[in-house]
Amino acid sequence: MNIIVFLLLMAGLFFFTGGCIGILRFPDFFSRLHPAGKLDTLGLMLTMTSLGLYNFYDFSLGTLINGCKMLLIMVFVSLASPTATHAIVDAGVRAGLAPWAKGDKRR
Amino acid sequence: MDNVFLFSSVYLALLMILSLYRGIFGPTVADRMIGVNAIGSKTTVVLVLIGLMYHRLDMFLDIALAYALLNFIAVLAASRFFQKRKGLYDES
Repeated sequence: MNIIVFLLLMAGLFFFTGGCIGILRFPDFFSRLHPAGKLDTLGLMLTMTSLGLYNFYDFSLGTLINGCKMLLIMVFVSLASPTATHAIVDAGVRAGLAPWAKGDKRR
Repeated sequence: MDNVFLFSSVYLALLMILSLYRGIFGPTVADRMIGVNAIGSKTTVVLVLIGLMYHRLDMFLDIALAYALLNFIAVLAASRFFQKRKGLYDES
């Protein structure tokens, strides 16, 4: 059981690392939104799953309520993160930011 | 297992500093919003890890849920504000 929790936590941290490197390294605002949206949903979901499994080591009413709260956070983030990403890209498109083309300077 | 949680939260704090680079030096306002959003989603996980380390998970889960809500509202309000104000522009 410990091994499953550890592996899920490390997978979540791996996705957080990948998203962070993507935010730093991508050349453009529109392409930077791609790792940003992935980091929120996938990294937070894997990490929360591992912590929820660790929470259920001793089963009682309190840990059941904690698990429900963790599930609430996961469901809320899976709804809210794409919405926030879409709001940012909508603001960028309406402001007229030009997408990056091959050969341009990296911004 | 407490040491694993401790080192994971320290590592997440290092990743937050890396994302803060995009928040400070991002060429447009939207880049800064991306960096702040990434920092907020990492903070939610760090709060739950702190709660597991201190054995006060019930309290820290409420704080994490409130922080996730606040992060979402902040990013949505900032993007709507800059869309209305036409404050976004290409600085390059």
